[in-house]
Parts: sequence; C-alpha cells; structure tokens
Amino acid sequence: MISGITVKNRSVREPVMRWVFTVSALTAVLAVGLICVFLFAGGFPAIGKIGVLKFLTGTVWKPTYDDFGILPMIVGSLYVTAGAILLGVPVGIFAAVFMAKVCPKPLYGFMKPALDLLAGIPSVVYGFFGIVVLVPFVRNTFGGDGSSMVTASLLLGIMILPTVIGITESALRAVPDELYEGAVALGASHERAVFGVVLPAAKSGVMAAVVLGVGRAIGETMAVKMVAGNQTVLRAPDEFLKGVRTLTANVVLEMGYAEGLHREALIATGVVLFVFILLINLLFSALKKERTE
Amino acid sequence: MKMRKIKDLTLRGLTWLCAGVTAAMLLFLLAYILLKGVPHIKPSLFALHYNSENVSLFPALVITVLTVALSLLIAVPLGVFAAVYLAEYAKRGSRFVRLVRTTAETLAGIPSILYGLFGSLFFVAWLGWGYSLLAGSCTLAIMILPLVMRTTEESLKAVPDSYREGAFGLGAGKLRTVFRIILPAAAPGILAGIILAIGRIVGETAALIYTLGNTADVDPSRGLFTSGRTLSMHMYSLANNALYTDQAYATAVVLLVVVIGINALSAFLAKKIVKR
Amino acid sequence: MGKFTLCDVELWYNDFKALKNVTMDIGANEITAFIGPSGCGKSTLLKSLNRMNDLVEGCKITGKLLLDGEDIYGGIDVNLLRKRVGMVFQKPNPFPMSVYDNIAFGPRTHGVKSRYRLDEIVEKSLRDAAIWDECNGRLKKSALSLSGGQQQRLCIARALSVEPDVLLMDEPTSALDPISTSKIEDLLAELKKRYTVVIVTHNMQQATRISDRTAFFLLGEMVEYGDTEQIFSLPRDKRTEDYITGRFG
Repeated sequence: MISGITVKNRSVREPVMRWVFTVSALTAVLAVGLICVFLFAGGFPAIGKIGVLKFLTGTVWKPTYDDFGILPMIVGSLYVTAGAILLGVPVGIFAAVFMAKVCPKPLYGFMKPALDLLAGIPSVVYGFFGIVVLVPFVRNTFGGDGSSMVTASLLLGIMILPTVIGITESALRAVPDELYEGAVALGASHERAVFGVVLPAAKSGVMAAVVLGVGRAIGETMAVKMVAGNQTVLRAPDEFLKGVRTLTANVVLEMGYAEGLHREALIATGVVLFVFILLINLLFSALKKERTE
Repeated sequence: MKMRKIKDLTLRGLTWLCAGVTAAMLLFLLAYILLKGVPHIKPSLFALHYNSENVSLFPALVITVLTVALSLLIAVPLGVFAAVYLAEYAKRGSRFVRLVRTTAETLAGIPSILYGLFGSLFFVAWLGWGYSLLAGSCTLAIMILPLVMRTTEESLKAVPDSYREGAFGLGAGKLRTVFRIILPAAAPGILAGIILAIGRIVGETAALIYTLGNTADVDPSRGLFTSGRTLSMHMYSLANNALYTDQAYATAVVLLVVVIGINALSAFLAKKIVKR
Repeated sequence: MGKFTLCDVELWYNDFKALKNVTMDIGANEITAFIGPSGCGKSTLLKSLNRMNDLVEGCKITGKLLLDGEDIYGGIDVNLLRKRVGMVFQKPNPFPMSVYDNIAFGPRTHGVKSRYRLDEIVEKSLRDAAIWDECNGRLKKSALSLSGGQQQRLCIARALSVEPDVLLMDEPTSALDPISTSKIEDLLAELKKRYTVVIVTHNMQQATRISDRTAFFLLGEMVEYGDTEQIFSLPRDKRTEDYITGRFG
C-alpha cells in the first residue's frame, strides 16, 4: 500500500515539476519581451514628438531649450568603438595566436588566469585607472585636457582584450591539426603555417570575436563616461584629442534628474543603443551559424 | 629565403609582444592600485556607518552581499530550472527551445546600462518599488539569468548518458533522476557559473545607479525597500570626487581583492571539474 | 645507392620504443610500400623521412637517415627538407581556401610571387595529379566543395606544387571509395616515372598492385624487405607469411 502512495505522489509531482521547468524557461522570453515593451513604449513617444529625423540627425543636445539631437552621441559611440577595435583587435589576435600556438606551457598557467582576471575587473576600476593614469598620460603626451576620444578608445581597447583573445583562441584551437600539418609538410615554417593557414581557417571565429568586442565597447558605460569628457559636440574624426559623449554616457549622466520630454528622450537614446545591439547580436549569431556548418 | 626568416621572426615577436603588453597592462594596473591604495586602508574605512569624515565602505559591503544574495535567490532557481528544461525535457530543436535560446542569447548581449534603464522604468516606476534593494536585485537577476542558464545547460550536457540510463534502469522516474543523479553530478559546473555571476554582480554599476539608488548609507528599517550602493557604486562615487582620491584607491584595493578571490575560487572549481 | 639510406634507425616516444634497428635503402623512381598491422611503426618511419615527427612531443630518434647522402637530422633546413619530401595524408586535408590558393600556398611559401608563374604551377600540378579537367573553371571555388576523392587528388597536386623529389603517402586511399582509389592508384603509376614514392598501406592488394618493393613491419621491427613479388609469393619469414595470408593483423 505504501508503495502505491509513492507512485501516486510521483505521478502528480512529475507533471507539476515539468510545468515549473517550462515556466522557468519562459522567463527569458518574458524578460526580453518586457524589456522591449518598456524601452520602446518609453522611447517612441519622444521620437514621435521630436521627429525621427530631428532626433537622429540633430546635432544640438540642449535639454533646457528642448533641443534633442543625438547625432553627436551616435557618432561619439561609433568613434570610441572604432578606436577600441583598431587598438584592441590586432593586439588581441596576436595575443590569441600566442596563447593557442606559441605560449610555452608553464607560461600558459600564468597567462590564462591573468586574462580571466582582466575580464573580471569591474568597469569602475578601469574607469578610475583611466582617470588617474590614462588621462594624465594622454594630456602630457598629446596635449588637450586628457579626457578625450582617444583616451576612451585606449581604455576600451584594453577592456575588450579578454573578450577578443578568449574567442579567437578557442576558434584557433578548433581548427583541425591536419591543416597545420598539411602546411608544415609543404615546407612552411611554424609561423607561415599558423598565419597562412590556421588563422584564415578560423576566420569566422575571429570575426565573431570582433563583433562581440564591438558589442562590449558600444555598451560600456561607466568607464567610458569617466574618461571621455562627455561634451555633446559633434566631432570630426581628427578631433580625437577632444571629448565626446557616447549614447551610454548620455543616459547615465542625465537620467538622474531628467523629467518629461527630456526623460523620454533619454529612454529613446537607450532605444537607439538597443537597436545597435540587436543588429550586432544578429550579426554574431549569423557568424556562429556559419561556424557550426 | 632570408626574407622569409625575418618575416617569421617578426610575426613570432609580435605574438610575444602583444601577449606581453596584455599581461603587463594587468600587472601595471594591479601594482599601481595596490601600491597607491594599501597605505590608505584604515580601520575607519570599515566603520559601521558612513559619514563624510570616514568615507566608510562598510554599508556598501553589506549592500553588496545582500544584492548578491537576493539576485542569486531569484536567478539561480529560474536559470537552473530553465536549463533542466532545455537539457532534459525539451525536444531538441523544437520551436520553443529555439525561442528560449535566442532570447537568452539576446539577453546576454544587452549592455548593463539598458538593464538599468529597464529596471528603473519597470521595477522602480511602474511597479512603484522606488530605488530599492529589491528593484536593483531583480534587475541584476535578469542580467545574470542567461549566464546561469548557459553554464548550467553545458554542465548538464556534460553528464554522461550512462548516468541517466543507470537511474532509469533502476526504475527511477525522470524527476528523481534529475534531482538525485544529474544535478549533483553537474553541481561543480553550475557552481562555477554562479561564481561567475557573483563576479558580474560585484562589478556592476550602470545597471544599479537608477534601480538601487546611490545612497551612501543604509536604512535597515525599510528592509528590502532600502536604497543603497554596492562597493562598485561606492567606488564610482569616490572616483568622481577629487576630495576622496585616497579613499578611492583604498576602496579599489578592496574591490580588486574581492574580484581576485572570486576568480581564484572559480579557477579552483574549474580545475576540479577537469579532474573528474 | 638509393634515394634514402637508413642505418640502425631507432625511435622513441618518451619511454616507448616505436622503431627498432631499421636499416634499409629506398630506391629512386620506385614505389616502396610499408605494410604491417596497426601500431607496427610503419607510419612513424614514414614521418621520420620528412621529420614530421618533430611535431610530436617527446619523440627522439637515433641512427642514420640520409637523403641523397645528406643527413636528414643534421644541419639541414627542415622546411627545405619538407619541400623536397612532400607528404599526402590519410584524410584529405585541403585548406579552407579556394582550389587555386590551396595549390599556390606551397610555391608562395617558398617565395614564388609572380602571378603568371603561379598560374603555371597551379595548372601543371593539377594536371599532374589528374584533376585539372574536374577543377578547371572552378579554381576560385572553395576546395571544401570537392568530393572526398577529388580533395585527396587536390592534396596530391598541392604536394607536387613545390616540385619535390619524393612523395610520402600515409594510407592515402583509406578514406576513399573504390573508384577514387583506383584513380589514385593509376596516378601513382604515372608519378613513379618522375618521383620516388613511399606509401603506407593497410591494403595488401594495393601494395601488390602498385609497389615495386615492400617492407613488412611488426612491433617496431622491419621483419622483411624485398621485391614486392617475392614478398607476397615467397616470404622468407614465417611472420610475414602469417600476415599476408591473413592469420593475424
């Protein structure tokens, strides 16, 4: 009889827990749905009131005069991200080749945790480091007041390194050894085999690393805000020693006191950033698909 | 042939250089902050209450621990159960699974400032929780959910099928197999994921400023609805204030020590997983 | 004197002795087949001939290995050695690039830059490997789009592109269907006129069909080496006889 009871219990418990598991899996869907709804509902009215074109291509951001043009911030985000990629990606790829194909074993035991730690350092610590080291460094070597596009790019370049190195390294390791051996058997040196065959074979993985690096750089907020100067001026590319404001910094700087249309315009700034991120995600999953095929 | 040799040497040199620069950057950052910060670590920094005299980080430390605990309390069951569904129950490649995967990947790619924005719109304003521990923790719970899901799913998939067959063969039901056999076997991997999540919470600022508030002290009487700031946010406030540069260095040291500890713990667990 | 002269060659992987006392001459413009059960050392010996074993950690080699009288393990430039001694692997391993770039990789490695010269080499190599007709017109296509048999002939063409003297082949047809296999065997008979070929094979019929001389290996030891006809009709050693009559292996 006792065994009969447990069987009965189990037969109730199984479908209940199955339902619990399913609902848990739904939370991710629910969360994305809520985020979309709240960001878009919060931001779209402002874009409507300001005018899409005026909002996206306006060059003046003066909330007190109801001027809400975010082009300087869009361009600022793009500059800073491009700078970070330009600095971080080449270094990251060479370092990844080092990790996967050159590094002596004992040294690897030191490098791997070091990279993990580099990834784990909070962005405020990076930002603080930027304030006390990079800003004076840029001011003293290149002039200007130090808080600038190039400083932010430099800091972000460092911050995306662990991402770029990690993904590129695993892409390099996923390339079958036969390709390396094939190249060496033709008389290619180690370097020629790695850079001529293995690295090109890992191309889509390297691209994925770059795309993810872009995502991290464009989404980074605190560290950038602390060193970029944050002026809402539309800059030309050669004004890299002057300050810029990014989309992320715009939100974090003014959200604390904004009201009314100003607040909605900040949410709309977030929406623009969100669209950028969604595009990057799309690109990333397309690259991942190519890799698995 | 000689050109070739020179080119090879240059390439090899560049790999050493770039890896070296990366490592040197880390060492420099650590050394710089430790050297500047350690001398400023004083007992007053850990005073029970914050005032502009002692700039105590103790309330921030308490809030950090509470935020971590509360976020994990929400995200871990949800994330682990969701992963159990994906790995053990769902039909491979069904439309629902694909939807869950895609949304989880989307969540993982959203920058923290957008989580902060969403949290302040939804939890703080719409649900009317105000700047509070609860709003901040819920926001972070969503942020770490994809991480917990992914690491758990990977650990579940790494559990050999022979375990499942063995359990089923003894007449154990699916649920019993999951809770008694599969989850315990996957525990170290799940734990490593949770520790990574803790690291993300400890380092987070942008998602919390407009959800947890940014007050220096805590009001225990308000319970879950007290506002406050975590160690990272405390650090952010000090870093932006020229008066407190010394304390900022000292706080950075404490923050780094916490992060290094978390990293060491997760590395230790990872090693354990490999050994098994 | 043969193309290769081996004298008392011994090889260790850490503490494991993989080759014992191998002494042999490998003749020029002949096909020499290495046969024997798995793990007998035949692939290991093949890989010593172009020093691919250097890539294996803990691999030590002693004795004399001469190529045209020159010590392979002496002061020779490894990359030039591998240019002279080409290799084709068990599994086709085309690089994930176009057909053209696959073939051009070798010559480019060794300093050929002229577009005209590269075009010439690509065509010649593909013709020599009897795959030109199938590839002409799709040189820019990815090499991975070829069939398995075509990929393997592409790899042979790639090995030929650097104008080696010797071709080492490590079970080159074991991953292929019978039709592709016979195409490659026909090709080998053709290549023999200009190259020295050393082939490792599991397939004894293949050895009798294509090779001039055969060496039988067992547990790291070269048991018997001689004319293929003699080895398969009148083996001198009992162990060889057991193996070719299928009593073990």
